[in-house]
Amino acid sequence: MARLIRTEKEVEGRFEEVWLVVEEDALQQWPAGAREVVGQPATRVDGLERARGEAVYTADLKLPGMLHTAVLRCPYAHAHVSSIDLAPALALPGVHAAIGPRDIPQLEEECGYQGTAVAAVCADTFEQARAAVAAIGIEWEQLDPALDPDEAVARKQLLGEPRETARGDLEAGLAEADFVVEGEYRTQVVLHSSLETHQSVVQWLGDTLEVYISTQYIWGVREEISGALGIPADKVRVVCQYMGGGFGSKNSPDEHTFIAIELAKRANRPVRCALTRREENLASGNRNATIQRLTIGAKADGTLTALGGEYVNATGWGGWSSPVEGPMQQLYSCPNVRTTTSAAKINQPPMKAFRAPGFVEGTFGLESLLDVLAAKLGMDPLELRRKNYADSDLSGEKPYSSKNLMECYRRAEPHWARRHEVRARSTETVKRGVGMASQVWYGGGGPPSYAWIRVGSDGRATVVTAMQDIGTGTKTAMAQIAAEELGIPLDHVTVTLGDSARGPFASLSAGSSTTPSMGPAVRAAAADAKRQIIEIAAQRFELEERVLDLESGHVVSADGNVHAPLVEVIGLLENAQILGKGARGPNPTGMTVLTFGVQVAEVAVDIETGEVWVDRIAAIHDVGRVINPLGARSQVEGGIIQGIGHTLSEHRIHDPRTGQILTTGLDAYKLPTIGDVPEIVCELIDQPDEHLTNLGSKGLGEPPIVPTAAAIANAIRDATGAEVHELPISREEMLRALKDAKEREHAAAPAGV
Amino acid sequence: MITVNDHDYEVQGAVGTTLAEVLRDELSLTGTKVACGEGHCGACTVLVDGIPTLSCITLAHSVDGAKVTTIEGLRDHPMVHSFVRNDALQCGFCTPGQIVSAVALVDAKAAPSTEEIRHAMAGNLCRCGAYPRIEEAIRTWQD
Repeated sequence: MARLIRTEKEVEGRFEEVWLVVEEDALQQWPAGAREVVGQPATRVDGLERARGEAVYTADLKLPGMLHTAVLRCPYAHAHVSSIDLAPALALPGVHAAIGPRDIPQLEEECGYQGTAVAAVCADTFEQARAAVAAIGIEWEQLDPALDPDEAVARKQLLGEPRETARGDLEAGLAEADFVVEGEYRTQVVLHSSLETHQSVVQWLGDTLEVYISTQYIWGVREEISGALGIPADKVRVVCQYMGGGFGSKNSPDEHTFIAIELAKRANRPVRCALTRREENLASGNRNATIQRLTIGAKADGTLTALGGEYVNATGWGGWSSPVEGPMQQLYSCPNVRTTTSAAKINQPPMKAFRAPGFVEGTFGLESLLDVLAAKLGMDPLELRRKNYADSDLSGEKPYSSKNLMECYRRAEPHWARRHEVRARSTETVKRGVGMASQVWYGGGGPPSYAWIRVGSDGRATVVTAMQDIGTGTKTAMAQIAAEELGIPLDHVTVTLGDSARGPFASLSAGSSTTPSMGPAVRAAAADAKRQIIEIAAQRFELEERVLDLESGHVVSADGNVHAPLVEVIGLLENAQILGKGARGPNPTGMTVLTFGVQVAEVAVDIETGEVWVDRIAAIHDVGRVINPLGARSQVEGGIIQGIGHTLSEHRIHDPRTGQILTTGLDAYKLPTIGDVPEIVCELIDQPDEHLTNLGSKGLGEPPIVPTAAAIANAIRDATGAEVHELPISREEMLRALKDAKEREHAAAPAGV
Repeated sequence: MITVNDHDYEVQGAVGTTLAEVLRDELSLTGTKVACGEGHCGACTVLVDGIPTLSCITLAHSVDGAKVTTIEGLRDHPMVHSFVRNDALQCGFCTPGQIVSAVALVDAKAAPSTEEIRHAMAGNLCRCGAYPRIEEAIRTWQD
């Protein structure tokens, strides 16, 4: 039965109260552990077409008569368009249409960041469009850029009101502390750098708008376009079959899509609008810089008494204030916590969600300072974390639906124990050490999400749902879930996805939510089909339905007397099909659903050059039931590798005077290569969350990137005694930290020694 | 005149046309991807007379008479299957370029060392971070 409920919905750490229609989730979870298909390693169902280059990405799509777009973007960090003349562009060969700030709201005269879209031209070729953009007559009035986040906060130049949270009494907690440590931590701007840039191809077919787009959220794109254009949602068809990476930056249509829509209308042709790599590095979103001023108070035995955080998100000209304070609120059982988070509006490109937004940055600060405390207490860092283990969610005063972080800590022990041997391998100039950090993040998913399934008389099934697989392998996981429920081999299941006109509503692929949202809906749909097959089998064998089941492609009876191939039963149907439908049930009420984990990093630091190498990372995460161990390991490795880039090499740099972005190409913006990859050990607890859906699975896309920077920073501290306070840990930052450590050591040394 | 995957093509490109543009736009061989257009990421890698080449910064006229092999010409190569078997891809956008580079490597040396793999593959960026699996796929491509 469908039920209307008022509930809290979480996406990327942002909560809102919404009305939801949910359907009961009556299925019992499967017992823990690997099953016939679910829990077994499976290669990607779409691996071959992707590897062979046959998969058609948005970037590969060429519609008949399709035109190409170039966008005029503001070259300054802060400027006003004092005049603009599109006529010279329209006069050039091949040009079909040109639009400017008065034509659509996504093109602007007031430019708050370098890369603001101002005008656009479509032409037969991209080169013609680019030449036409260069011909646009434009005059700029340059304005002073606001670039310093602290100054912006002081002047109250903010995006929204500062977010304040408190439990207990921070001052009282500090007063009862035996030790208080303070630290300021800074994280840099990093870029998503999806290899397929943001792009759309659109065409009008009668009164229907078709949008082919590289997106993480087909239905969100549909809704936003329908709302903005005032056309019925079913007249907007959004398609994304294969997608070349998103990492949080592709949840909306964005201005390039609205530009293409308007140009397609004016030119009466299909139009492509694709960002170049240099545009991508400016205007497609970023993980914003943060400043974190943190205080921890603790008793001599390590019990935390106070946690305080003053956070600044250097958000840029737009975006939202990511939950950088989340780890401080949620990671440890501390009665007195107070945080303030301000979002500084500065003349830099707007942030977007980026793989566990806020938590990656906040974990770096909190977990780094916690190790400073451990050193002051003379306490083992792992012991300190266990000492302050949170058995329930103190920030929400709710029990966890499941939490196996203590088991993660237990499994981390052998990796942690390697530190003595690792340190012993240090030389005069290359110091080695081991560090750890804990992980907390969301990842429970939620309703609504739907799936259909059809089973043919050949015993093969097709799952139909308009979700997207952004490269995480969710398409494969859905096939496994359907195969498991129907008791058929994995290669008997096909999944069709990626088209809003050809399947029901599906979750966005952000917030680690695709598998925990879609998986239960797919299982419910398969169970619905299975119920119908058993009804038919019961009539055919003249048995009660309750004694029949589907196993390994057979209809079987409890007493073993019936063991008939599935096709023998439904083969009678010829072209008829069994149709099942399923919906994602509600999340458990009154419970907090989170993912947990711990990572242990081993590093080497050249104390003469400041160079840092990561040699090994052991990652142990608790994300509920694991559907596909092969794909899961890939997700963990990928998250850690992005985390290493964030920690050591990636840095979007701007000129502090003019605000000009200096790292617009992949030559200057340093992504990790295969040569930067350490040994990675991946362990998953694989314990279903008994309160969460018919699967007990949580998401895994984001958790692995959360603790990596902090674990590396703590390993550096273990190796050298130096405290790094800024990401990335460039050679300059490393040498500064080493120099500070040396000075601290000298200051602490008794006189005359 | 170029030979692509053993087929001969007469190509009339404007001066400045890149090999990637010829392959993708004129011949509709879209397996070769362009991710940066500046020769920094390796997604557009093809073989020109057996040598891994960045097609996005190779002018079409400079490969006149050459033999070009793209991912479409390697569709049945065991390396493709090794990538799938080892889960050496996630979103798959960089994968054709990775496979072309990997094929060039094992053509030169069937069983490269880890160091040789890392050296040869360092020019092919993968933002999803499939690198450990890519290394494994190249190490075990003959299995």
